[in-house]
Amino acid sequence: MSGEILLQTILSGVLIGLIYALVAVGLTMIYGVMDIVNFAHGEFLMFGMYSSFWLFALFGLDPLVTLPLTVLMLFALGLAVYQVVIKRITNAPMLSQIFATFGLMILFRGIAQFLWKPDFRTVENSLSSGKVIFSGLHFGLPQIIAALGAVLATGATWWFINRTRLGAALEATAQDKEAAQLMGIPSQRMFALAWGIGAACAGVAGVLLSTFFPIFPEVGANFILIAFVVVALGGFGSVSGAFWAGIIVGVVEVLGGFLLGPEYKLAIVLALFLAVILVRPQGLMGRAQT
Amino acid sequence: MTARRRNIQVVAALAAACALPLAVTNPGHQNFLILILMFAQVGVAWNILGGYAGQVSLGHAAFFGIGAYTSTVLLTHAGLTPWIGMLVGGLVASAFAVLIGWPCFRLKGHYFSMATIAVAEIMQVMFTNWEGVGGAVGLYVPLKDQGWEAMVFNTSKLPYYYIALGLLVATLAANWAIEKSFLGYYFRAIKDEPEAARSLGISLTRYKLVAIAISSFFTALGGSFYAQKELFIDPGSVLTTALSIKMALVTILGGVGSLFGPVVGSLLLTGIEEVTRQVFGGSGQGTDLILYALIIIGVAVFYPTGIMGWLKQRRFLVAEVKK
Repeated sequence: MSGEILLQTILSGVLIGLIYALVAVGLTMIYGVMDIVNFAHGEFLMFGMYSSFWLFALFGLDPLVTLPLTVLMLFALGLAVYQVVIKRITNAPMLSQIFATFGLMILFRGIAQFLWKPDFRTVENSLSSGKVIFSGLHFGLPQIIAALGAVLATGATWWFINRTRLGAALEATAQDKEAAQLMGIPSQRMFALAWGIGAACAGVAGVLLSTFFPIFPEVGANFILIAFVVVALGGFGSVSGAFWAGIIVGVVEVLGGFLLGPEYKLAIVLALFLAVILVRPQGLMGRAQT
Repeated sequence: MTARRRNIQVVAALAAACALPLAVTNPGHQNFLILILMFAQVGVAWNILGGYAGQVSLGHAAFFGIGAYTSTVLLTHAGLTPWIGMLVGGLVASAFAVLIGWPCFRLKGHYFSMATIAVAEIMQVMFTNWEGVGGAVGLYVPLKDQGWEAMVFNTSKLPYYYIALGLLVATLAANWAIEKSFLGYYFRAIKDEPEAARSLGISLTRYKLVAIAISSFFTALGGSFYAQKELFIDPGSVLTTALSIKMALVTILGGVGSLFGPVVGSLLLTGIEEVTRQVFGGSGQGTDLILYALIIIGVAVFYPTGIMGWLKQRRFLVAEVKK
């Protein structure tokens, strides 16, 4: 294999990995704050894609222009999911939690199918289309813009958690709910906030993907398993961990697919996941479980 | 409830189950009954590990698939009757389960569940690309031999019904025996008080392995039965996470850690699936999915202990009022 192809492969892995990181950031935040694994997370991404698609198809607005609107909608959806369903299962057994979010996953897919039919849809000729050739390496402009957008969104989330008072309150709730409550931080509001931000992150990823990825009701399934791997690899609850883990998973996936054949991509990523949680269950940058 | 009254109820239910297909003669309806029994059986098998020992596996399709593939490959390549192939499949699944369980049981809670998803998904990828077992195309069970020895019945669904019922009764009996023996107490201790159990000298890993070995054995039997009933298997039908989730779901719906919970759960879930599919499905509009999802969410939110838990609670309340 020539060095150029190898470099091209690794870089395209990094590009998709940055999107995986953004999807996983929302998931890891919800997990970190509430100890709940959100199986419906891929569906937040799916709704982000559809929002982007319809605003483009109906009003001719570019996905990048409508991004803020989609973020607001997804934030509201995250809050609503928390208020209507998650709030009631905060202290329920793990099984009930798994199946509540699993039910949400099926519900959202069903709603998408009901409203928008199971067809594949695409956003054609958006602002970000075309190719970039850089010293012999070829990249799609949508992929590059998406990766940049994902870095910005992940960075903004990291900044919010680590550099703002509200973010500190969220982090405090994640570390010790009772103690945070005694300091006057309302846990329920923090939970709601985590769901809002988590959904919004997935929504941003959906918008960024919509310019080069087909849009259909089950599209979330392509991302949820990968996002789980990223979350576990980075450490449950760690935003910076998810960022690095996303890149690693993206590169491993693309490189593994290149070496062994694309049909083994998912298996390679999952094998990496198993290896990591068995050797280091707290992930690369996670807090050790007590 | 006295033991005698319970025995009478069980015998009555069994007699009714034996007589039922004689009254239901429509093959479509008979098939529906077979599905209920089959998912009840794998649910009961799942319950041994997920319900009694509290280790929530979301990868049981791996064992189901091993059962289906082992008996089918032994039949097509070596001409071995599925009755033996089924038992071999169960043992292979048990061995595989112990191999997987050994490292994975160090993980707790979500970590364990997600590891099991990963294992089953890897299995699906491997079998999809393994040409020796049909790859993505799948395997057909040969139709040339029919009758009890080949476990292939083309003219009537009744034999399948009774085989499924037999498997369910056998799995329930095994479960009941476990519940009554020391294993049942150990499993529950592992689930509810792992630290206390360990301090009493119970090896957590050893008994988790016992639980997964038994659970996977019976799950694989269900897989072999599925292959013989459908006469066709592929990775997309016997190795999917959706199937793993359904095994857990019938149990949760009926009642986790309760002997007859999965049976009640399968009756409801399979029933709901069929009815929504008949009434709303086919249009591709997703209405059946929406209804199905709302029921799952409703149960998870409002009846976390399942139907059996809800009945028990009601019975308890009624007894309190009577006092």
